[in-house]
Amino acid sequence: MIRWLFALLLVALPAAAAEEVVLGLSQSEVAITTNFNGSEIFVFGAIKRDAPMPEGDMGVIVTISGPPVPVSVRKKERRFGIWVNTDVVEIEAAPSYYAVATSGPLEDVLSTRENILRKVSVPSMIQSISAPTTVLDATGYVNALIRIRENAEAFQLLEGQVVVDDDTLFRTRIKLPAALTEGAYQTRILLTRDGAVVDQYQTAIDVRKVGLERWLYSLSRNQPFLYGLMSLAIAIFAGWSASAAFSLLRN
Amino acid sequence: MQIYLPIAEVSVNAFLLLGLGGMVGVLSGMFGVGGGFLMTPLLFFIGIPPAVAVATEANQIVASSFSGVLAHFRRKTVDLRMGVVLLIGGLVGAALGVFVFNYLKSLGQVDLLVKLCYVVFLGVIGGLMFIESLNAIRKTAKGGAVPKRKKHNWIHKLPFKMRFRVSGLYISVIPPLLVGLVVGILAAIMGVGGGFIMVPAMIYLLGMPTKVVVGTSLFQIIFVTAFTTMLHATTNFTVDVVLAVLLLVGGVIGAQIGTRIGVKMKAEQLRILLAIMVLAVCGKLAFDLLVMPSELYSIGAAEGH
Repeated sequence: MIRWLFALLLVALPAAAAEEVVLGLSQSEVAITTNFNGSEIFVFGAIKRDAPMPEGDMGVIVTISGPPVPVSVRKKERRFGIWVNTDVVEIEAAPSYYAVATSGPLEDVLSTRENILRKVSVPSMIQSISAPTTVLDATGYVNALIRIRENAEAFQLLEGQVVVDDDTLFRTRIKLPAALTEGAYQTRILLTRDGAVVDQYQTAIDVRKVGLERWLYSLSRNQPFLYGLMSLAIAIFAGWSASAAFSLLRN
Repeated sequence: MQIYLPIAEVSVNAFLLLGLGGMVGVLSGMFGVGGGFLMTPLLFFIGIPPAVAVATEANQIVASSFSGVLAHFRRKTVDLRMGVVLLIGGLVGAALGVFVFNYLKSLGQVDLLVKLCYVVFLGVIGGLMFIESLNAIRKTAKGGAVPKRKKHNWIHKLPFKMRFRVSGLYISVIPPLLVGLVVGILAAIMGVGGGFIMVPAMIYLLGMPTKVVVGTSLFQIIFVTAFTTMLHATTNFTVDVVLAVLLLVGGVIGAQIGTRIGVKMKAEQLRILLAIMVLAVCGKLAFDLLVMPSELYSIGAAEGH
């Protein structure tokens, strides 16, 4: 399923820099329906120039980040012969989903300094780690978080996946996994020259459960007692109707 | 067909869930057990978060037990008085169980607790059942007499005696209360009805006649699992009604098919098959605890500090 989330918008905007990222939103939502099985976001836009093209290698970076939430990473160790969770490291903000698409190798299109400053790559974006003093290798926990999320395709580094035509038009496709959480997905488009960011465009994609999913989820959070009673009513009705249906069949 | 589960927040194949529900339903119909002890570990294996699996399974058991207890009410094989005593113990146990569950969840040890409970209880029950049914098969082969049950034991010396007419018993309320309590704790922690523990306890410990045991345990299970469902729904928000519906549709149909298969098999054969299955699930869970996992780290939601 391809969602044309961004459409080209070539209206004249007041020029602030020599080069500017131009892009518009035709649709800014991903709806999680009952049969939601992941989605693909198609991002495309253009680079607007008032002056002749500046010198230096151009790069385009697109990042999509799910809502940052605190997580705890636990490590298993062998205790009394079985593997149990022991130490825990709290990470104050890690997005549930994060994708970086670039027009070339990341170290070529973005300098290390800019990477840290703008928190572009996955390791530079995970921050605020609080580890107890007993934990010596807190980075091991962060790496584990990244590894697990990368395996689940929740963290993606898509180097060279942004296609740039005639140094003006760019486009990329970014896959969203089926196990998606709700929230505002911050979307950034960075335009770089020789690794330095010359322009940044930021917007948000709203990922929401809709219809039945929305209704059930909000009922379970806002009216948990009612939700519990409803679950029980469904269960009792199903049990009764199964019993009734099969005793009818038997007669 | 993929279905996005609103509470578990994972996308799973609907037919897989229907199939699992059906398969466990067939087994539960064949052996006369709730099937929670099989379904909950299976849900872990397909990637449902353990907290959601346990809470949702409690909800599903309400449906299957309700379906079963109606048949027993028709046949008048429910000891309501005993059921209520077991239930009082069960409700206290369930509240304790959810409390322990939530406390260990905050320590990050809930998965371990649930799995350890499974390994211990499935191992003990499966082992005992296996030995007992092997002996029974050997005895029927030799044509020996069935051993007589002891009629009087320490249970009869306890105070607070009460008459249970349907069961034909005059015993203290303490043992049934304790049995109910233990089953309630297990129901909350393991996401099971607890029939596989309560039924042997009722026969061997309380000395109840076999014909009222299943109906009475189902009666108790409905209320304890309903209470557990409510506790999980209001404290953890982990009951996934979409998951429950998919499982119970397969489950109720499977149970009816299983009942028919069960009728055609001998009791000892059934019991030994059930014992093997219980031991297999136990073995798989024990193996996972004993062998070094391929990923040593796990991610969980941060608890408020």
